[in-house]
Amino acid sequence: MALLSFERKYRVRGGTLLGGDLFDFWVGPFYVGFFGITTLFFAGLGTALIIFGASQGDTWNLWQINIAPPDLKYGLALAPLSDGGLWQIITICAVGAFGSWLLREVEICRKLGIGFHIPFAFGVAVFAYVTLVVIRPMLMGAWGHGFPYGILSHLDWVSNVGYQYLHFHYNPAHMLAVTLFFTTTMALALHGALVLSATNPKKGEAVKTPEHENAYYRDTIGYSIGTLGIHRVGLILALAAGFWSAVCIVISGPFWTRGWPEWWSWWLNLPLWS
Amino acid sequence: MIKQWFAKTVSIALGVVLLAGCEPPTAESTQNGFRGTGMLQLEQPKVREAKVAANQVPAASPALPATPPYAKDVYQNVQVLGDLGVGQFTRLMAAMTQWVAPEEGCNYCHVTGNLASDDIYTKVVSRRMLQMTQHINANWNDHVGETGVTCYTCHRGNNVPAEIWFEDPGPRSAAKAGWRDNQNTPAPVAAMASLPYDSLSRYLLGDEEIRVIGNTALPSTNTSSIKATEGTYSLMMHMSDALGVNCTFCHNTRAMADWTQSTPQRVTAWYGIEMARDLNVDYLDPLQPVYPEHRLGDLGDAPKANCATCHQGVNKPLYGAAMVKDFPSLTVEASTSAMGQVSSEAASAVATSEAVDRQEAEGI
Repeated sequence: MALLSFERKYRVRGGTLLGGDLFDFWVGPFYVGFFGITTLFFAGLGTALIIFGASQGDTWNLWQINIAPPDLKYGLALAPLSDGGLWQIITICAVGAFGSWLLREVEICRKLGIGFHIPFAFGVAVFAYVTLVVIRPMLMGAWGHGFPYGILSHLDWVSNVGYQYLHFHYNPAHMLAVTLFFTTTMALALHGALVLSATNPKKGEAVKTPEHENAYYRDTIGYSIGTLGIHRVGLILALAAGFWSAVCIVISGPFWTRGWPEWWSWWLNLPLWS
Repeated sequence: MIKQWFAKTVSIALGVVLLAGCEPPTAESTQNGFRGTGMLQLEQPKVREAKVAANQVPAASPALPATPPYAKDVYQNVQVLGDLGVGQFTRLMAAMTQWVAPEEGCNYCHVTGNLASDDIYTKVVSRRMLQMTQHINANWNDHVGETGVTCYTCHRGNNVPAEIWFEDPGPRSAAKAGWRDNQNTPAPVAAMASLPYDSLSRYLLGDEEIRVIGNTALPSTNTSSIKATEGTYSLMMHMSDALGVNCTFCHNTRAMADWTQSTPQRVTAWYGIEMARDLNVDYLDPLQPVYPEHRLGDLGDAPKANCATCHQGVNKPLYGAAMVKDFPSLTVEASTSAMGQVSSEAASAVATSEAVDRQEAEGI
C-alpha cells in the first residue's frame, strides 16, 4: 500500500497512552504503538492456543473444532488445561487482544486530534463479548457459563441457552436488540440507496447535491435528517443493537431463571385491567 | 424544565417497572450435558426451598400382615381391594382419607351408616382412581419407575388435585372480530406464551402427531405445518413448566428430534406423554357422566390429568419420595377387567340417577 504524499503530515509522534516513544512508529501503513505490540502478543498467543486446542480435539474440520469452557463444578477457579483451562487462557488472550486494539485506536485518535467515536463503537462490541464470557459467568458463579470457541459449537450453545428460558423471543431486551439490528440495516440501505441515487444521475447530467438528497426525504416522509445526522442515527442504532444484545443475555440467568413469556406477567397483572 | 422533569420521572418509573420483574443474581445451576453445550438447569434457592417445603410427604402408619378375615368377606361391595386383610384395608382407607379428604373424613365418599353404598359420586370416582393408581404402578414403570404413585402424588390433601385441566374454549371475543385461531393470547398451559391454548386436548387426549421435525436437512419429505409446530411447542412449554425444568433437561436443542443427542430423561418423558393420554382416555374422560356439574369444565368435560397433575413444578414428583412401597396393594392390578366392567356399570348407574336428580331439581 503506497503512502500518499500528504499522509505523512498526519503521522506525528506523541499522543500515546503508555510506553512514550518506545513503539511510536509505523510499519508500512500500520501504526504500531505499545498496544499494537500487546495486540500482536495476545492475538498470536490466543491463536496458537486455539490451534493447540484443536490438535488435542478429535477433529481438524474447521466447522467442528471446539474449545469448550470448564465444567460448572470448577466455579470461578482455574480448571485443568485439558478440561477448560485452555478456554480460560484463550479468553484472557481475547480480552487482552480486543482491549489492546481498542486502546491502539484511542492512541491514533489522539494523534489525529479527532473524536473517540471509533474506539467507543468498538468498545461496545468488546463490551458485548466481555458480557458473555466474563460478566455473566461471574454473576452466575462459574466460567462454565461462557460460550465455547468453535464455529458450530458456539451456535449450539446459543440455541441451548435460548431454550433455557423456554422462548427467547419474549426476552424484552432481545426484542429491542433484534429490532435495532433490523433498523440498522434498513437505515444503512436507505442511506446507501440515497447516496448512490444522487451520484448516479441520468447520463450527461451532473451529480446531484445533498440538497437533492434532503429534498427526496422531505418529499417522501416530510423530514430529512441531513448528511451528518444520518451517520449519527446509523451509529446510535448499531451501538444500541450491540448494547441491548449484551443486556438480553446478561439478564438471562443472573436476573431471570424461568421462561421469558412468564416475565410478562407484570404486564398482564397491571391493576389497570387485571 | 417541565420537560426535563417529565423525562426524568418517566425514565425512573420505567426503570422501576423493569427492575421489579427481575430476580437477584443468586440462581444455582446444574449441568446436564457436556461442558460448554449450555445444557443446564437454573433455579433460585428461594424457589427451591419453597418447593421442597411444599413436597414433604406424610408418614405412613406401620404396615399390617395380609391375614384373614379379608375385606371382601367382611364388607359389602368391595370391588377393588377385597383381597386385603381387614386391618390392611382399614389402614389404606385411613391413608386415603388423609391424602384426599383430611377435613371431610370418611363421609366425603361414604354414606353415613352405609359404607357399602355407591350413592355419593366421589366413591365411584375414587374406586376408579384406585384402579388407575394400580394400573399406573403395574404397567407404567417406564415412566414412574419403582417410585410409583399414590393418591397423594396428585391430591396432596386436596379433594381435587390442584393441577387438572379441561378443554379450553379460549377467551371470549365478538363473532369474527378478534379471531385468535386458538392462540395469540397468553396461554397458561404454554407457560404464558401466545401459543395454542388447547394443546392438551390435541396431544394428551387426542393423539395428534407431536413430532414435527423432519428427518432430512431439507424439507423434502416433511409435511408438518407451522401450526402443528406451534401446537407441539405449546405442549413442550407445558411439560417444562409442569416439571420446573427448561427444554435442555431432555433435548440438546441443536437437534431436538435426535434421540442419540437427547438426555435419558427424554425417554421417561416420552412414556409420560403416552401414560397421560392412556389415563385420560381410559380412566378420566369416561368418568364425565359421574361428576356433578360443578366438577366439569366450561365445555362440560371431565377433569383430566397432565404432567403438572403429578409433577407440580418438580421434575420428580415429591422429589422422588417412594410412598407406594408402604402400600403394596396399590402396585398390582386386582383382576382388573372384571372389576373394571363392574365399576363402569356402577358408574353409569350413578350417573343416570344423578342426571335424573339434576333434571328434577332443575324442573326439566
